[in-house]
Amino acid sequence: MNKVSASQAVMTQNPAHSAPSAASLKTRPNSVGYNVAKLREDFPILRQTVNGKPLVYLDNAATTQKPTAVIDCIRRVYENDYSNVHRGVHTLSQRSTDLFEGAREKLQQFLNAKHSHEIVFVRGTTEAINLVAQSFGRSTLKEGDEILITAMEHHSNIVPWQMLCEQTGAKLKVAPIGRTGELLLDEFEQLLSPRTRLVSVCHMSNALGTINPVKAIIELAHSRDIPVLLDGAQAAPHMAVDVQDLDCDFYALSGHKLYGPTGIGILYGKEKWLEAMPPYQGGGDMIRRVTFDKTEYNTLPFKFEAGTPNIVDAIALGTAVEYLETIGMDAIAEYENQLLQYATERALEIPQLTIVGTAERKGAILSFTLERIHPHDIGTILDHLGIAIRAGHHCAMPVMDFFGVPATARASFGLYNTFEEIDILVDGIRKVIEVFG
Amino acid sequence: MLDQIRDLYQEVVFDHNRNPRNFRVMEDANRKIEGFNPLCGDKITLYVKVNAGVIEDVSFQGSGCAISTASASLMTEIVKGHTEDEAQHLFDLFHRITTGKNDDAVNLEEIGKLAVLSGVRAYPARVKCATLAWHSLQAALKNEADTVSTE
Repeated sequence: MNKVSASQAVMTQNPAHSAPSAASLKTRPNSVGYNVAKLREDFPILRQTVNGKPLVYLDNAATTQKPTAVIDCIRRVYENDYSNVHRGVHTLSQRSTDLFEGAREKLQQFLNAKHSHEIVFVRGTTEAINLVAQSFGRSTLKEGDEILITAMEHHSNIVPWQMLCEQTGAKLKVAPIGRTGELLLDEFEQLLSPRTRLVSVCHMSNALGTINPVKAIIELAHSRDIPVLLDGAQAAPHMAVDVQDLDCDFYALSGHKLYGPTGIGILYGKEKWLEAMPPYQGGGDMIRRVTFDKTEYNTLPFKFEAGTPNIVDAIALGTAVEYLETIGMDAIAEYENQLLQYATERALEIPQLTIVGTAERKGAILSFTLERIHPHDIGTILDHLGIAIRAGHHCAMPVMDFFGVPATARASFGLYNTFEEIDILVDGIRKVIEVFG
Repeated sequence: MLDQIRDLYQEVVFDHNRNPRNFRVMEDANRKIEGFNPLCGDKITLYVKVNAGVIEDVSFQGSGCAISTASASLMTEIVKGHTEDEAQHLFDLFHRITTGKNDDAVNLEEIGKLAVLSGVRAYPARVKCATLAWHSLQAALKNEADTVSTE
């Protein structure tokens, strides 16, 4: 296998910017040390025009684009190493198994999990949360027990719990947020009751960008012996995550938001919980011995991986995190934070614009509304300018209801976005306002 | 570039978006339905007063994008006074011009101002915005459940 490199991107000179406007000259932060132009070369899809304009891809919270390393990895494995895993004695099966288990170890290192068997491959964050709800939840919860989430959750961290509550008679409690989109930690604490069996919160909000004080949340819950699941779909692509340092009990993430393939993600779970939990699905690979009287389940993590897994995409996800590590998650976080600050400043120059989600700690998401212009119309007109943003409720309808808006427009940034692209976005928003008079 | 966008956002669309017609609650409606586009969060409440198969009055409330608001507004103008069958026929024509399917034979005079929304055919993601009000009307006339969704 070739080693992945992120184009030796870090610590080289910043490329020359195209002539910035006077406004941006005064506010554009110094981004020396992070060679975004070089990194962009790793992403073939970015080299295209959309509607006659260079593509400005600002929908990274929905999904991220893939570096050549990931695309090549998929091709290489299918061309050279592919077979089913954990089964055959033949060479290809062994190679595939080694690559697949190697990817698990890369994910273990990426999250700093204690054991590689604490990493369960799933389809994505949604399946990871459903796994915990149906396995941990169904085997643990009784009528009257409670699950605590927050008011800023994605539907995938709401609906699995509602289904579980219907099945068990448990109750779903929702900790409120304030006008800035920050969790009200005191109210959260008050909702931790003797009946709370699990806390499930997003590490970072997809609709608002808020980064939750997850360490404080975990300490509060653990002081009452309540386990905590973190929905890391949004956080993992933007910051270093150390599950041992956080001391979270479960961590869920999606590969496709992490510059990896679709259809693959992981559930991290502490060994003690995964050991105690019953299987989620039955089938091959998750068993040790099957007779018609009784089935003995396999060890971790295979107990939770029934059926042939998504082998190649798991391997490519390993390549994706390896790629990210060559850049450094801290370097990505710092750069994206500069992008967000710059985007926020520039957006606020537009009087008709309101930012939705103004928490003090935020990831690189700019959710906004424009006076009297629906986000859908903003999205269509920006697309004409080659700018891809999301317009809608972001699978977080309760968040939209809280802010009293039907939808927002959302620009979300990734490791390959540039300050110039933010200038193009801001010019585009001005055009939208112009078109709508 | 912005000329192209004018095919979608014609002046009539802006006008009806800014000043939607029949934008009111109807106390004596005998049909009321919630229309919902889960993709984008557009919501409308449609009020219809039907008497002996004739749409005597129609109005709406709600929030949506310029396309869905203008479409709802234009629809209320055009269907008022028509029979249920005629309204269904107009929907059929409207559907054809917004999707670009089998629209050769559509008589533009017959659909009048609705033609301004034909630009939506170039934007498949926005067709649902344009047809939400019409789907709601169809459901209201059929007396279907209280909520209609474009999904």
